[in-house]
Amino acid sequence: MLEKIKLILRSVRQYKKYAIITPIFMVGEAALECVMPFIMGMFVDNIKGLSSANDFFYSANGSIPVFYLALILVGMAILSLICGIMGGRFASIASIGLATNLRNDLYAKLTNFSFENIDNFSASSLVTRMTTDINNVQMSFQMMIRIVVRAPLMLIFSTVMAFISGGIMGLVFVVLIPITGFGLYIIVKKAMKIFMTVFKKYDTLNESVQENVSGIRVVKSYVREDFEKQKFSSASDNITNEFIKAEKIVALNNPLINTAIHLSNILVVGLGSYVIFRTAHWDEGLKDFTGGVLSCGQLSSLITYGIQILMSLMMISMIMVMLAMSFESARRIAEVLEEESTIKNPEHPLYSVPNGSVVFNNVSFKYKKDAEEYALKNINMNIKSGQFIGILGSTGSGKTSTVNLISRLYDATEGEILVGGHNVKEYDLKTLRDKVAVVLQKNILFSGTIESNLRWGNEHANEPQLWKACQIAQAEEIVKAKPELFASRVEQGGANFSGGQKQRLCIARAILKEPKIMILDDSTSAVDTKTDRLIRKGLKEDLPEMTKIVIAQRISSIEDADQIIIMDNGQISAIGTHEELLKTSKIYQEVYFTQNRVGGDK
Amino acid sequence: MPPVRMKEHSRAKKGTMTRLLKLLIKEYPKEIVISFICLIANVFTNLSSSIFASLTITTLTAAGRMHLNPFKDVYQVVSPFGFTINTNVTYLLIILGSIYTVGIACAYIWNRTMAIVTHKYLNTMRKQMFSNMEDLPIKYFDTHAHGAIMSLYTNDIDTIRQFISQALPSLIQNVLMILMVLVVMLITSVWITLLVLLGGFIMILVLTKTGGKASKYFIKQQATLGQVEGAIEESINGLKVIKVFSHEEKSCEEFGEINNQLCEYSTIANIKGNILGPIIGNIGNFLYILCALLGACIYVFGWKNLTLTSYKVIPGVDPFAGMIALFLMLSRSFAQNINNLSQQVAFIVMGMAGASRCLDLIDEEKEKDEGYVFLCNVIKHEDGTLEETSEHTHDYAWKYRHQDGHLEYRELKGDILLEDVDFSYDGKRIILEELNIYAHPGQKIAFVGATGAGKTTITNLINRFYDIQKGKIRYDGINITKIKKDDLRRSLGIVLQDTNLFTGTVMDNIRYGRLEATDEECIAAAKIANAHDFIKRLPQGYNTMLAGDGSNLSQGQRQLLSIARAAVADAPVMILDEATSSIDTRTELLVQKGTDQLMEGRTVFVIAHRLSTVQNANAIMVLDHGKIIERGDHDDLIKQKGLYYNLYTGAFELE
Repeated sequence: MLEKIKLILRSVRQYKKYAIITPIFMVGEAALECVMPFIMGMFVDNIKGLSSANDFFYSANGSIPVFYLALILVGMAILSLICGIMGGRFASIASIGLATNLRNDLYAKLTNFSFENIDNFSASSLVTRMTTDINNVQMSFQMMIRIVVRAPLMLIFSTVMAFISGGIMGLVFVVLIPITGFGLYIIVKKAMKIFMTVFKKYDTLNESVQENVSGIRVVKSYVREDFEKQKFSSASDNITNEFIKAEKIVALNNPLINTAIHLSNILVVGLGSYVIFRTAHWDEGLKDFTGGVLSCGQLSSLITYGIQILMSLMMISMIMVMLAMSFESARRIAEVLEEESTIKNPEHPLYSVPNGSVVFNNVSFKYKKDAEEYALKNINMNIKSGQFIGILGSTGSGKTSTVNLISRLYDATEGEILVGGHNVKEYDLKTLRDKVAVVLQKNILFSGTIESNLRWGNEHANEPQLWKACQIAQAEEIVKAKPELFASRVEQGGANFSGGQKQRLCIARAILKEPKIMILDDSTSAVDTKTDRLIRKGLKEDLPEMTKIVIAQRISSIEDADQIIIMDNGQISAIGTHEELLKTSKIYQEVYFTQNRVGGDK
Repeated sequence: MPPVRMKEHSRAKKGTMTRLLKLLIKEYPKEIVISFICLIANVFTNLSSSIFASLTITTLTAAGRMHLNPFKDVYQVVSPFGFTINTNVTYLLIILGSIYTVGIACAYIWNRTMAIVTHKYLNTMRKQMFSNMEDLPIKYFDTHAHGAIMSLYTNDIDTIRQFISQALPSLIQNVLMILMVLVVMLITSVWITLLVLLGGFIMILVLTKTGGKASKYFIKQQATLGQVEGAIEESINGLKVIKVFSHEEKSCEEFGEINNQLCEYSTIANIKGNILGPIIGNIGNFLYILCALLGACIYVFGWKNLTLTSYKVIPGVDPFAGMIALFLMLSRSFAQNINNLSQQVAFIVMGMAGASRCLDLIDEEKEKDEGYVFLCNVIKHEDGTLEETSEHTHDYAWKYRHQDGHLEYRELKGDILLEDVDFSYDGKRIILEELNIYAHPGQKIAFVGATGAGKTTITNLINRFYDIQKGKIRYDGINITKIKKDDLRRSLGIVLQDTNLFTGTVMDNIRYGRLEATDEECIAAAKIANAHDFIKRLPQGYNTMLAGDGSNLSQGQRQLLSIARAAVADAPVMILDEATSSIDTRTELLVQKGTDQLMEGRTVFVIAHRLSTVQNANAIMVLDHGKIIERGDHDDLIKQKGLYYNLYTGAFELE
């Protein structure tokens, strides 16, 4: 755990000085807060001794005159104000700085993840980590540098001051502190244990709400409202009972502190009175007992210190609870920070891809090292630069897995993949991915403008280049249909474009990269066959050098390919041209006939 | 679809506090009264703790002055309030001890009671929210971001918890304490009290000013936080695209910008919040010094002290010193309580805003149902009469009571008719216009058209997820508004494009279609849907737990399960909305065998964007912008050489 916290604290960086300064100011504030009651005690004692206006400035018995004590107190209050403001200010800067850095670091880490890493985390859990969890860490870090330093200090200072002003009476606190502390510890520990399990159940309850919200059409279609209500109600009751169990223990906290404070009051007042009565004698001039272990003035400040000591004790116990609760958040953040990208740049990378040839040599692949089943088994293929390759196969047959290996989105488990004659692992990652363009199955546009999206392909593209790419991808009309052309808004996730439009814009975006190899992973599924054909024609005629690998469900999309690869169950079942496969491949024939059942065979 | 509303960081509606408290008192009157009494008693004991402690010291000094034994002798003491009492230190300690015992008991009782009440209250609230949510019309879910609805159950409920269990008792405690302190002060010295009140006024001034600035930046912070969350969500969902385009650096840069903006706003908001404590605390310290000096002046110069008791200042006479000491203690406590109060303001504001949103969900108008025609299972006798039965038969009938009291049963045949239907989601943009569709019993009707043409909308109207604005929909000749909604929906089996599964076993999920179904019936349904084979291969077969919406299954497998679920329901009419869209053509063939068996003898509505799925329909409706532009069976439409023909031959794009 400690290492994880260290890992998180590493992100403090430029705010380190603030994080260090804050506790110093807090120490100052705590010290002043402890000394002030002492001076105030003297102040009150001296006021009691006043008998004329002169006494404000001159003191008969050598103690500091009232007026000067007031000045000292004002000075201390100003100092304490400064310390408090500065401490609060720097604590804010440091803790929010940490959160900001953490958010940046996590973000950088995420973008650095390989596809395998991404698969390890669910999207929603990553969002929670970057929002709620970072917030928790921010809060507890602030608390740590402000109060964690301050509260124990207050405890120590107050105890010391209690001894200074009350002498032997300070022993009362020496006895009370550990007993109370132990009591608080037991309460917190017991309650935390229950809370931790309840929180998990609470999450499950909220997940079931989520299920109901997103599945409301199913719930209503099957008229299961009452069934769901009952399920929710009993789960909610169950959790409530456990919460109450924990809270009953927590409810002991306040009375315990009350008991301790009251007990210390009684002990201090009772024992104090006794000690004074037994050891001191009355001095009419001072109007107080004197010559003994304790005076009445000291007794008053002892009471104040007692309250301060026990309050800081309670503060410590509260902080402990909050820190313990944020440990879970810290752990989850550290988990992302610790995750090593499974795909790394080689030490002496190649910075250019000579051509668009692709060779698979006995490639096998599993998504997880400990997975039993291979997603791909013994894949062998040889694609020449500039060829048009079609890949066909049923869901889960390994089409996407195969093409993902080419741009090193995943690494092959066994065997090797050569691009342009070199093993893909020898290339600089950015170079490789710039030269191997992939249009993914899930086409995503980002909020911004059409232009900002297209520029992902090439930041420095000029307008003719943008138009050219759109023309090849048959996206020209989409842009022209918008009054603001390239400056038209794209909403989050490209929600204001239809599936087919998104697909074509995504292809244009990939063309702008001027890749050596272009992979279209089922990326024209929502485009009509005519446009689909035009896109392929454009790619062929305008970018003849580029290797084109097309995964498709429609035979019409790939029938004119140089080679068609049929995948089945993670293996290549057949390779050949349309005509060859129609004769030899049973799978190909089957698909061909289902898609071309025209009228008659009904 | 109408626009979706995101979470609003609005302020609370007026009257939220009263409503929350009323509910609280109504539900738990005993507990609230007990807690309140104990809370007051607790505050009172805390205050008297200080007063008695100083009284003890006064008593001790008095004993010193009179050379008496403070533990044994009983003597007259002038209290700081001016009246005299006969007492000694021992008596006072005993009184103090009893007050404390009561105080501790009270502290325990109110802490415990409030904790229990809070959680019971939250439980009621949560259940009410969920219960009302389940009865809301689909429109609510279509127009509210799901994240925003979820946040009601997590964040907003939590703010209510903080409000009830922490802020509310603190509020009562602090206000009471301040009032009591002021009363005691007034009894002792009016002048110094006025000084303290002046200090209090300044504190409140500072609070509203700094606090106001803090809340301004807090609102900015929340808005930017929303942006940051949006950016995070977008990037995480598009992470693979970012990688494919090696767009990592650029994207980090962009994120850094809004992240820094957030940093700026939240730092300012946070600083303002942080410095409030020290400022108020030190105003308290200054006040303390001023009080002491003012007290000293009254004391030394013998100024007339205005008190509510008959107590007169006699310069140099002791009790007045005790009074000052007491007063100073009170002024500290005054400042501390104002400080505590200021810490609660944020919780109260947030709690009220959260409560206001939760109450909105509870208040949201439920789906209305004025139907009086019921669905029931029947046994068909040979003579054509129908007999109602509680058994599950495959025959259904509509049942309604005539005004004269006799029951009529009408056999459910599955004849559905849409007459001149107009529909709009928002009352402005027409989605469907002048729609006429008929489906005779046993027919298969298909809808084809681009996204947004209104295909799914039609099915939403048949099961009354939405109500039509004009026209009529008849089911076996009965206007569907007269049919009880639950029964209408029970008569329609639906398989949707988004397969929503629920946490539970595979068996539980299939049984969701009909809760009384036996294991055998569920397995039989799985076989119909061609799901049996893959289920058997799961680690625990039918008892395999599905977590997180069945994320451990492939999309195709999930769809097969949802088809099995519909098969168990055995509804007389089926609606398949893109039920096989995410399955590849080969797997679809397998599934189709299942659905074909499911559709046999039933009226079926099919929506598909793959034309191969709808070819064998009795009638295909081609929809465009809410209108049927072509209708007929596959062969008719091919002959028409219209849009369908173009789609089929691939000349047009559907999207």
